[in-house]
Amino acid sequence: MLLLAARRFASMLLIMAVISFVLFLIFETDKLGVAGKVLGPYSSVQQRELWLEQNGYNRPFLVRYAEWVGHALQGDFGQSVRFKTPVNVLLWDRLANTGLLALCVFAIMIPLSLLLGVLAGMREGSILDRIISFVSIVTTSVPEFASATFLVALFVFKLRWLPGTSSMTGGFHWIEMVLPVTVLVLYDFGYVARMTRASMAEVMTSQYIRTAILKGLPRRRVIVTHALRNALIAPFTVIVLQLNWLLSGVIVVEVFFAYKGFGKLIYDAATFGDIYLIEACTLVAVFVAVFSQFVSDLGYMLLNPRIRFR
Amino acid sequence: MATLTRTDVPAAPSRLRSLFGALGLLRESPVAMIGAAIVLAWVIVALIAPLLPLHDPNQAIAPFKFPGAVGPKGDVFWLGTDHKGRDVLSRLIWGSQRVLVWATLATAVAYVVGMLMGVVAGYRGGWWDEAISFVANVLLSFPVMVLYLVIISRLGSSGANIVLAVTFASAPGIMRIVRGLVLDLKTRDYVHAAQTRGESSWYIMLVELLPNARGPLIVDACLRLGYTTITIATLGFLGLGLPPPDPDWGQMIAEAVPVGVFAAHAMVVPALAVSSLVLGFNLLADGLREISLKD
Amino acid sequence: MAEPVQPILECEDLSISYLTRQGEIPAVVDFNLRVMPGEAVGLVGESGCGKSTVALAIMRYLGRNGRIAKGAIRFMGRDMAGMSEEELRQLRGSKIAMVYQEPMASLNPSLTIGRQLVEVPLYHEKVSQAEARQRAVRMLAAVKLPDPQRIMAAYPHQISGGQQQRVVIAMALLSNPSLLILDEPTTALDVTVEAGIVELIKEISARFGTSMLYISHNLGLIQETCDRITVMYSGEAAEVGSVREVFERMRHPYTRGLFSSIPLPGADKNTRPLVPIPGQLPLPHERPKGCWFGPRCAFFVEAKCGHGRVAMETVDPLTGHAARCRRWDEIDWEAAKPPVRAAEPAPLGPVVVEVDRLKKYYELGSVSLLGLVRGRTVRTVKANEQLDFAAREAETVAIVGESGCGKSTFAKVVMGLETATDGEIRLNGTDIAKLPVQDRPPETIRTLQMVFQNPFDTLNPSHTVGGQIARVVRRFGGESDPARIRERVFELLDLVKLPRAFYWRRPRQLSGGQKQRVGIARAFAGAPKVVVADEPVSALDVSVQAAVTQLLTEIQREKRTTLLFISHDLSLVRYLADRVVVMYLGQIMEQGTTDEVFNPPYHPYTEALLSAVPIADTRIRKKHIVLEGEIPSALRPPPGCPFQTRCHRKLGKICETEPPPRREFAPGHTILCHIAPEKLAAMDPVIVAAPEARHAAE
Repeated sequence: MLLLAARRFASMLLIMAVISFVLFLIFETDKLGVAGKVLGPYSSVQQRELWLEQNGYNRPFLVRYAEWVGHALQGDFGQSVRFKTPVNVLLWDRLANTGLLALCVFAIMIPLSLLLGVLAGMREGSILDRIISFVSIVTTSVPEFASATFLVALFVFKLRWLPGTSSMTGGFHWIEMVLPVTVLVLYDFGYVARMTRASMAEVMTSQYIRTAILKGLPRRRVIVTHALRNALIAPFTVIVLQLNWLLSGVIVVEVFFAYKGFGKLIYDAATFGDIYLIEACTLVAVFVAVFSQFVSDLGYMLLNPRIRFR
Repeated sequence: MATLTRTDVPAAPSRLRSLFGALGLLRESPVAMIGAAIVLAWVIVALIAPLLPLHDPNQAIAPFKFPGAVGPKGDVFWLGTDHKGRDVLSRLIWGSQRVLVWATLATAVAYVVGMLMGVVAGYRGGWWDEAISFVANVLLSFPVMVLYLVIISRLGSSGANIVLAVTFASAPGIMRIVRGLVLDLKTRDYVHAAQTRGESSWYIMLVELLPNARGPLIVDACLRLGYTTITIATLGFLGLGLPPPDPDWGQMIAEAVPVGVFAAHAMVVPALAVSSLVLGFNLLADGLREISLKD
Repeated sequence: MAEPVQPILECEDLSISYLTRQGEIPAVVDFNLRVMPGEAVGLVGESGCGKSTVALAIMRYLGRNGRIAKGAIRFMGRDMAGMSEEELRQLRGSKIAMVYQEPMASLNPSLTIGRQLVEVPLYHEKVSQAEARQRAVRMLAAVKLPDPQRIMAAYPHQISGGQQQRVVIAMALLSNPSLLILDEPTTALDVTVEAGIVELIKEISARFGTSMLYISHNLGLIQETCDRITVMYSGEAAEVGSVREVFERMRHPYTRGLFSSIPLPGADKNTRPLVPIPGQLPLPHERPKGCWFGPRCAFFVEAKCGHGRVAMETVDPLTGHAARCRRWDEIDWEAAKPPVRAAEPAPLGPVVVEVDRLKKYYELGSVSLLGLVRGRTVRTVKANEQLDFAAREAETVAIVGESGCGKSTFAKVVMGLETATDGEIRLNGTDIAKLPVQDRPPETIRTLQMVFQNPFDTLNPSHTVGGQIARVVRRFGGESDPARIRERVFELLDLVKLPRAFYWRRPRQLSGGQKQRVGIARAFAGAPKVVVADEPVSALDVSVQAAVTQLLTEIQREKRTTLLFISHDLSLVRYLADRVVVMYLGQIMEQGTTDEVFNPPYHPYTEALLSAVPIADTRIRKKHIVLEGEIPSALRPPPGCPFQTRCHRKLGKICETEPPPRREFAPGHTILCHIAPEKLAAMDPVIVAAPEARHAAE
């Protein structure tokens, strides 16, 4: 068990190392290109080469990579070309905003999807199950930008209840959070609910549930003690991994609603070609994804006695 | 012994019959039928687009017309026009062609790569498995949209790059599914039977294993078609998709949102189109899964 | 005779149906059953006959699509059909308890055994937590589990299969039920473990006076545990009566068919072959007019049996013996005994396969962090240790043993799916032990083919039957002309007695027995010299088992093939083997001709194994030996003699420290044991036919 966790941790570090190397390879092999991005499209070749020399770019690739990793580990990702500020300052601010968004989404999505999933899976094939399953298929079929479009058309243009942008220009307002959170919850809850339903339905047809029922336990006890404990192992890992998906969704939603978060930042960096910012954002995003994978593996081991006590 | 055997040669059953049998299977799930109907409707629309009496999708005629409005030449804009005065219906139909072609192509390429990776990793095991699984894990560590941003910001946006990006994003997932199926299937006795008569690894992988993985893979392929549709439309929406001016559903929405106050239909219509197509794929997948579980 | 005692359970004209897409399917029809207090009733039949459906109906647990269509189930006089959910709940687990086929799946994997046990008294009798715990611990001790406190704290996966089943039995007994339903409780277990559970069940009925309904496909087990028996066929009772009566004077052709298709002592492949029941069990919607067994019955007479529902007819009103047959009093039951055939055993040829000091070790990666730190990263599993034996042309050599004995590993090494660690396997003089299959010459591969265990995955579901056999013909038969290949495949289908139209069938359209026949056709397609059969019939129903066994031995006899028959089923082995190799934990404990192995001197393990096999013959007396504990893991084999941890004849220290010597008792008959040869030779036989005098007395 401990060994398994250690092995997962090691593989997490290895993946981070490989990804950082690949990123560096992708973005910084073409040195003149880097200089061009930093100095702007109208800089001359001489200017660029001078800049490369001054910034130590003519040293061997591996040395540069080692230095870059060293700085990154200390939280120094260089200067953003577009915003003209240190990347890390920019990053923490935006991450905090996105963190708040994610927190709201999870706070609504987890109870909602678990409840619906368990209700649907408890009686496979019942009317309630069919309704819940259908609704969750429909909502997962509507991409974020499409549901945002529908909501904006209705609540912003037609009813004029909500603001159409969430840039928080006049300070923080909860009302500006409503649409981004709703869009993300709508797209994400269906998947978790369906996973929970499948897991629950499988457990309900298992032989140990039959044993529990034929032992004469009350239905409540069968569900709460015997079924849920096994049925919620799979959804737990799915929820943690959902963080990875949320990071994708957040990009679309933040761009749509002009919310100043991490997603908008990485989008701007990518479209502008802000090299250091892309590198930093990608590393952070991958780290969040890999770390959540690690947490989910760990949780799975802890929740499952077959692995915990081998 | 002779009483039981028949020495006359029986006739082989026709292949056509078994094909109809497979289609008849769809009837067992109303969900699958609805899904198939939606997808088929879009495919037909995309196929006959050149035959339909449509406006030029890129021609500016009259801006901000509402659905049903009559144009300068007495023609009707059934779904209105956008802020540049282009016919929304025409752009929608031509856009369906684009999204279907690229989604199918990208998914197909991802499938070939992912299946190959999965069957080799699962059947060969050992170092093959370690190496392929590691590559897959690395790719799966990227939030997909971040992966798209990295690839497209470096390589630029084009159809080929979208296919490449979708392959990078989807092949690892396909690989995992195929690997899991193969790990299960390779313990079957018919695989042992093939091994004990000295069949080659490729024969076993392609003839004995892959055909038996087709059930779950068909379901997964439908889901992935839906997801790739979302991806392509999202990239279009973010301005990272196929280059304009040819109509693209995601782009149509992106262009219409800022002026949505005046012409909400121009953004709602393509959003409905994307959603319906994805819903079609998802319903089809769900129905097929239901059918495969019944057997 | 009036019955003053009320039955515990009574099913009256019970019909159960399932609603499916094809409409309503009657799974059980007009079924009657009565269980009296303290009585054990056996319910026997082949798969699909509806016996488990009856059990679940009694528990009123039929799922959403199942329902009781007609009739009544009365428990202690009360009709269960009219009970509310709450009334049912109070009955389940308290008055009626159930033991299931797969103990591992029946226990909740994420709750400790203690919690699962304590629930029963807690919810049925409103006792305190402490009291409930105490009762659970006492009950674990009562089902003879060592260290009950430790078991209480364990999770199900931490104990062995036999222990899990004891836990399930303890759980069922906790509230002292009036009726215990056992649904194939030992099918998933090894024979020596099964023997322990059967003994426990017998003890329970003696000690607690619990009425039992014992469901099984195994007539031998019913004989050992039950007083009365109901034989089911296609959803109805075919014959009812006391065990003695039904076993000795069966009056239904189906019951008789069952008995002649199981290999009882005295059956022999040459002189007294098994008689399979022809045809297949009809599906509920394919049941024929008239007698449902009619199409498969040798005594079928159209005028008498071909119309109307056949009713139960009383054979003996005193004992309650009844049979669902219109001709039971016309058939000459004695004359219709299985035919005695005067066939000579096939003469054996030269040695074809020679196994010489064969060893197969597996190295496993370490699972503990400590091991990693200390650098001991591998552990060795000794799957095969020192295998020595030979097989001749046309000879059947059976390799018997329970799970973990290494018999399947041996098959893999022979086939080249694994390579040996040491030693040799000589096939016609050439060593192939270390050659993986891809390095073997095509001629060797052709010479050596295999029949597999599981009918459900022996054939590739994606390809036609013909295509799969044709592939082998193309590889080994030297044919390339499609028409000639097809002709060869037709001949092979003839050989295994399948219609030629099966060429275009897909495996899912075939029954289990038919698939196994195709598997045999495939194995013999290249005219092999040696065929390895790994439990080829163990997953089939007894009547089908007989037919497939018959076919296999017939083809082998005709083609003079050497057959390495791997099995856990001693009865079957005695029936068809010429030589027997008994394995335990990777080692050969005893080997010799079939007669030598089944008669003293025995290895103590052979002795225990023979005693553990249930035999469906009331005239047979067996020595009673129940082994302690469970088969040790091959990862941690005990030092000294591998069998010392369970041996009932253990000498003492020497067995724990020194590996036993291999002694030869007759040419080719060896036993691996410390016990002095004269003591082994002085053993009594395990199985004896009871003196005929008993018969005369009746």
